[in-house]
Amino acid sequence: MALINKLYTKMKENSWLANLTYSFLAIVMALIIGAILIHISGHNVWQAYYYLFYGAFGNSYNLAQTLLKTTPLIFTGLAVAIGFQSGLFNIGGEGQLYWGAFVTAIVAIAFSALPGVILIPLSLVSGALAGGLWSIIPGYLKAKTGAHEVITTIMFNYIGILATSFLLKNYFKADGPVDQTRMIPESAGLKELIPYTRLTWAIILGVFIIFIVDYLLKNTSLGFDLQAVGYNPAAAEYAGISAEWILVITMGLSGAIAGLAGSTMVLGVLHRFITNFSPGYGFTGIAVAVLGRNKPWGVLAAALLFGALEAGGMSMQLFAKIPQDLMTIVQGLVILFVAAPAFIQIITRFSVGGKGAGLNE
Amino acid sequence: MNEIITSIFSLNTTAAAIRMTTPLALAAMGGTFSERSGIVNIGLEGMILSGAFAGVLGSFYTGNPWIGVLLAAVAGGLMAALFAIFTIKYKANHVVTGVGLNILALGATTWLMQVLWGSRGSSPTVKGLGEISLPLLKDIPVIDRLLGSQSPLVYLMFILVVAGWILLFKTPLGLRIRMTGEHPEAADTLGIDTKKIQYFSVILSGALSGLGGAYLSLGQLNWFSMNMSAGRGYMALAANTFGQWNPLGGLGASFLFSFTDAVQMRLQGLNLGIANEIIQMLPYLLTVIVLAGAVVRSRPPQALGEHYESGK
Repeated sequence: MALINKLYTKMKENSWLANLTYSFLAIVMALIIGAILIHISGHNVWQAYYYLFYGAFGNSYNLAQTLLKTTPLIFTGLAVAIGFQSGLFNIGGEGQLYWGAFVTAIVAIAFSALPGVILIPLSLVSGALAGGLWSIIPGYLKAKTGAHEVITTIMFNYIGILATSFLLKNYFKADGPVDQTRMIPESAGLKELIPYTRLTWAIILGVFIIFIVDYLLKNTSLGFDLQAVGYNPAAAEYAGISAEWILVITMGLSGAIAGLAGSTMVLGVLHRFITNFSPGYGFTGIAVAVLGRNKPWGVLAAALLFGALEAGGMSMQLFAKIPQDLMTIVQGLVILFVAAPAFIQIITRFSVGGKGAGLNE
Repeated sequence: MNEIITSIFSLNTTAAAIRMTTPLALAAMGGTFSERSGIVNIGLEGMILSGAFAGVLGSFYTGNPWIGVLLAAVAGGLMAALFAIFTIKYKANHVVTGVGLNILALGATTWLMQVLWGSRGSSPTVKGLGEISLPLLKDIPVIDRLLGSQSPLVYLMFILVVAGWILLFKTPLGLRIRMTGEHPEAADTLGIDTKKIQYFSVILSGALSGLGGAYLSLGQLNWFSMNMSAGRGYMALAANTFGQWNPLGGLGASFLFSFTDAVQMRLQGLNLGIANEIIQMLPYLLTVIVLAGAVVRSRPPQALGEHYESGK
């Protein structure tokens, strides 16, 4: 008891630690409910969770699989998180990711004569620009007409996926039955981090962007303005910040980062643009941002967790014959629990300090 | 050109649009009740999906599609109750909770489908509701082509929307719901239990969305397939906004969206030389245009999305 009391006082002083504890408890609770579901469906819980863990971290190949699944989630999660910082809910990550991937592939193919040192950055920047421009439209509509970004960005997902598919089929399709572009040149491919895996240094780029965004939010005036608008747009306007302008910029940044998720998928994993390639990275990014409490480094931790759940879920399905959709249930539960710190508090009867998710204000 | 126009604005297209309006209008009315009481309900999508699944489950185990319909409303209501507990009791952010609920519903329905029927894509075929014809409507020339023979849930939808409008605007309960969403402090001062009102409104929104889901799985098709709701919950919320937080307005907006969708399908069949992808975009583009144009004039409930704690 003395230990718990000590821990309790320590947490009251440190809301960062409190948030970490909340998130940890939310994950544990979701996994417990998952265990109950596994048990009810007639499977062995220990065996299931053994394969979940083994599939995620068991050996260097599995670890590489986890990191591979983590990479796009770092970008899409960060995209949602930066939007949240100024009170914007960007659900359009999926459409922005498709534009990013599409333009990246086209640019890499069109300028294939260039050496890799120029071609790779050029392709990445084009992908980011494409995602950013696509997201600026709902941002602008929100700022000018008040059209709720939640609905417009969702509509823009459908429109973006259809538009890239249209352009692909009519102008850029490679010969063959599959709707895909030609392969990008080898010089545009990202180098492997671990030999014989598909893990490339895209993940390093992800961590670097996390660092940049963290710096932007903490140390620049744009970062301050952005958070001021998120906290109270009216007050920000009084202080001389153009809330409308900030909304458009934030949305653009958010979309650019989501676009990079598509870029790195094309340059590192797929080596071409293929229709319907994303299993919903844009949507999982929302979950990642929520779990990471919209803090850049929190996003990294959450992306790792979700990457592990995806990779481990696959091995659980393969070896223990438990549908990996169970891990989707766990993800949904984690979001619900993280969104309601008060719920975790009551369930655990463990009142800690800190403001919780910071989303309720 | 004439041919195209007559083909688009035909009675067949309109009848198809009425069919497609049904799940949208029901969920849009769900959104109306929830938002009128102050709760943003992005979770409509998950509630529709749960309803669609529960409908098939009920029909599969009892052989009676009407038990499926009942179960669909209950399942939607239960999901909504979960949503309500988190947003009202534990003061969770409405939008985040709604997204969590949608992911939960997608995972749970797909997982259950695999556990029960061993397939991830779709459920076995079950007994659906079929169509019925109303004797009175069958004798009026144009109405006959539009409404003469439809799924019973289509007729139920019209009745429910009118009943919902009466409930919201012509009864004391409706006044309380609207007051809770506009000014919870004032409602509280008058002795209205705002939380009870919100629980009622949110659970009602889930039951309505669940019915909408049942129309998808038992009215339109006779099975459940993965992610069957396919974004209808979000579109319903847009229809609710465009319909000015009014069940009748929501019905009108839903019909507009569905009509565009029906036209889109019709145009794809005509081989106009326009790419299908472009035609398929029409309903989504319309939603964006309508939202950008309509929100300027409309005013959401004042206390929408806020948490209110009684000071007593």
